[in-house]
Amino acid sequence: MSLQGLETAQQRDRARTIFEKSKPGRRAFVGPALDLEPRPLDDLIPAHLRRAQPARLPEIAEPEIVRHYNRLSKRNFDLDTGFYPLGSCTMKHNPKLHERVAGLPGNARLHPLQAPAQAQGALELMFNLQEALGEIAGLAHVSLQPSAGSHGELAGVLLTRAYHEDRGEHRTKILTPDTAHGTNPATVTMAGYEVVKVATNSDGGVDIDDLRSKADEQVACLMLTNPSTLGLFEVNIAEIAEIVHGVGGTLYYDGANLNAIVGISRPGDMGFDIVHYNLHKTFTQPHGGGGPGSGPIAVCDALEPYLPRPQIVARESAGGGGTIFDLDYDRPKSIGRLRGFQGNYGVFVRAYAYICSLGAAGLLEMSQTAVLNANYLLALLKREGVAEYLPVAHDQLCMHEFVLCGTPMKRDLGIRTLDLAKRLLDHGVHPPTVYFPLLVDEAVLIEPTETETKETLDDFAAIVADVLREAGEDPSVALNAPYTTPVRRLDEAGAAKRPVIRQAM
Amino acid sequence: MLAVIGVDCVEDLFADIPDALRLSRELNLPAGMAEQDVYAKLRELAERNVSCESELSFLGGGMYDHYVPSLIDSILSRSEFLTPYTPYQPEISQGGLQVMFEYQTAISELTGLPVSNASLYDGPSAVGAAAYLAKLANGRPRLVVSAGLHPHAREVLKTLSAGFATEVVEVGLRDGVTDPDELAAAVDEQTSAVFLAQPNFLGAVEDLESLVAIAKPSGALLVCSCDPLTLGLLKPPGELGFDIAVGEGQTLGNRLDFGGPSFGFFAASQEHLRRMPGRIVGETTDVDGRRGFVLTLQTREQHIRREKATSNICTAQALNALAGVIYLSWLGRRGIVELCELMVQRTAYARDRLTALEGVTALHSQPVVREFAVVLDVPVEPVIERCVAAGVNPGYPLGGDYPEYPNGLLVAITEQRSRADIDRLVDVLGAAVAQQAAIGATAVGAGV
Repeated sequence: MSLQGLETAQQRDRARTIFEKSKPGRRAFVGPALDLEPRPLDDLIPAHLRRAQPARLPEIAEPEIVRHYNRLSKRNFDLDTGFYPLGSCTMKHNPKLHERVAGLPGNARLHPLQAPAQAQGALELMFNLQEALGEIAGLAHVSLQPSAGSHGELAGVLLTRAYHEDRGEHRTKILTPDTAHGTNPATVTMAGYEVVKVATNSDGGVDIDDLRSKADEQVACLMLTNPSTLGLFEVNIAEIAEIVHGVGGTLYYDGANLNAIVGISRPGDMGFDIVHYNLHKTFTQPHGGGGPGSGPIAVCDALEPYLPRPQIVARESAGGGGTIFDLDYDRPKSIGRLRGFQGNYGVFVRAYAYICSLGAAGLLEMSQTAVLNANYLLALLKREGVAEYLPVAHDQLCMHEFVLCGTPMKRDLGIRTLDLAKRLLDHGVHPPTVYFPLLVDEAVLIEPTETETKETLDDFAAIVADVLREAGEDPSVALNAPYTTPVRRLDEAGAAKRPVIRQAM
Repeated sequence: MLAVIGVDCVEDLFADIPDALRLSRELNLPAGMAEQDVYAKLRELAERNVSCESELSFLGGGMYDHYVPSLIDSILSRSEFLTPYTPYQPEISQGGLQVMFEYQTAISELTGLPVSNASLYDGPSAVGAAAYLAKLANGRPRLVVSAGLHPHAREVLKTLSAGFATEVVEVGLRDGVTDPDELAAAVDEQTSAVFLAQPNFLGAVEDLESLVAIAKPSGALLVCSCDPLTLGLLKPPGELGFDIAVGEGQTLGNRLDFGGPSFGFFAASQEHLRRMPGRIVGETTDVDGRRGFVLTLQTREQHIRREKATSNICTAQALNALAGVIYLSWLGRRGIVELCELMVQRTAYARDRLTALEGVTALHSQPVVREFAVVLDVPVEPVIERCVAAGVNPGYPLGGDYPEYPNGLLVAITEQRSRADIDRLVDVLGAAVAQQAAIGATAVGAGV
């Protein structure tokens, strides 16, 4: 490969941290002038309470800070630049309006301890968002507090515990399908339950017989996502709900895949008792390179008393002056707080703006288009040149995402799913999620989302076919990819063996 | 597209969903709107909030109205930082990964602890995460918590401990700081972790050295919940013998945003490296020998270890942590000290002037950096209402969180509050207290 040995300009630009760019005496900060007669510092904060030496923060001027981070930004691939079909992450376009409205001073500089009477706009927005999310899930009672999907899961499992214990029941187990996202079992452990795995049947759904054999009076909850991580709608969901409710357990909906069914089918109507939403997926909060997110939950009537506090409530004002929005702390059965203040309000503003923009019809079209795009891309990848190497794991219509299996590719072309992903980097697209779900060998999980055009999907299918054709001629190209990225394959094992996790001073 | 798929219409793609589970109507939500109309609607809502832009605010209590420099807005609005996901493909995520590495370095430097993760949700949830690490480390059944911790953090501990079956015991305050005798009585070999705050919720700078000496012999993990900005001036927890330092990162270049998103930081001693929650970035090299960064020690994490993971956390608060590291670079080695010293001077001035008012006394006599507590000799709520009507928000009433101080008021002085602002607070609060006292006197005189 002729590219081997050549260096791009970015590759020549060796990584130096901001600490290495520090030079004594340089600075950016100019503080406000001291406008009073200073007292000796020792009289105010005794020396033994203070640092002996200043923290070794960078000494650097503003132009160099800006240049440093702008250059770093160019070492990132991002959604505004290219296709990002990262399965289960719902990388849809982030409308720019949302940044503008989140940045309004009435939002951005609103103090979290401002009295409710002086934060009526924010509380009304949160109340309206709760109402909209409740309608979308078919579960009326919403708490916006959890900060991410995994945080919502923890809230949901803790309130399941509170619900059972309130009835004098001390259950010990929670069921999760073997296709579950890793946060499900990790959450179960943190909430003090034992994880029991439920098998998947040949159609990619929950194995009903296995579920029946494991559902007993010790089961507190079944955690499920629908569509599943395989991108398939769980057709037996009503029966599953009956089994779980039959033994007195709750049914938890992991909202990671909600983008497929908004306005089409509602978790509450399927029999779920608890739902978490990922506002950074379905409702398009920018992912920020790994946060912030937000993971509100909704629950059925029986679980409502246990929701985190405070709750946002609407009251009719005594004098007939309209609706007053308030924070309700008087919730004696609440599991309590999971974090500070009222949750990730800045994310709520963006999600609410999104729901206002799309409306009922737009949200339905969102999910229809997400499923259309996924099925179209799946159909393209089922054509000759791809399908023989990357067959679809479950050959049926998919929902918003689908899983391909790289086993034949590995066997016949000598490249693994990882190599395919790395070669895609040279083509300017973000690879799909790889090696998840775990029960598909060499898995490739593809979620195009509704905001991609037919042309983008056509291009991606052609790129995948190209990479496979190239591998048929010379697998070493993919095996050594990428070539054009700021760095090439990195020694991850070495990083874990001898961890260097901060800049040496 | 439908022809390629082999269906006639989009509805056919949903054939797997049984009719009984379909929503047979449109969602009961308003119709969609044009961008300009959505903007107008949200602007109207935002204008009904009284922000720190539109009143003279002395609110603190865990989040503070510090100045956020313009370069943060500029850098955070770049699509390359704003729109990617978690850096699972390190070759095309070096920017974000290096930011996390720099962030970890800065947090280690401020806390004096060698190991930092790439951030957690917020301060109180980071306190909860420290409790879970302690549970993994020693499995002891009890958490001992100073009442000086943020009330939200104390409540998070109670919420989470229901899951991992630990008891939470609170240690009270004496003259605004953790009572050493109560602490000594509470801590024993059954204590999993001890939580102390710096500065504490009442603004007091605690003498942590003496508290550490009391708690350390029990073998419990010592956790310091601290403010990262004032660590520019105060002794770092790592030098005081703490095992873990956590806290709220909002003070580092993040907006108030009515409470979030911001970030929580989490730093620890070396021995806890493999028990840390959340993402950690490490340095390495690529196949050509170039320096690079990757997510590392992932065998701790939920996507690998599942039910045996050290935490269920999946995401960090990468964008907020980026704001944090830009802010610290902007302040720099000398700037952070200057900023803290400015706040110390103005806060001392404000405390002196307020406590010189008739009917206002200091709640405690401890050293303070940015915040202090006073007690009014009249009901605090109507006094706050009077001040707010005059355009001044005098602070946070303490009675809800500290029933022993029903008329306590917590006053925060950031660098955005000038001497003239403080003088105005003194005038307005003084007048409000006097008016309230006059009403009380009249009521008493009338025999009410």
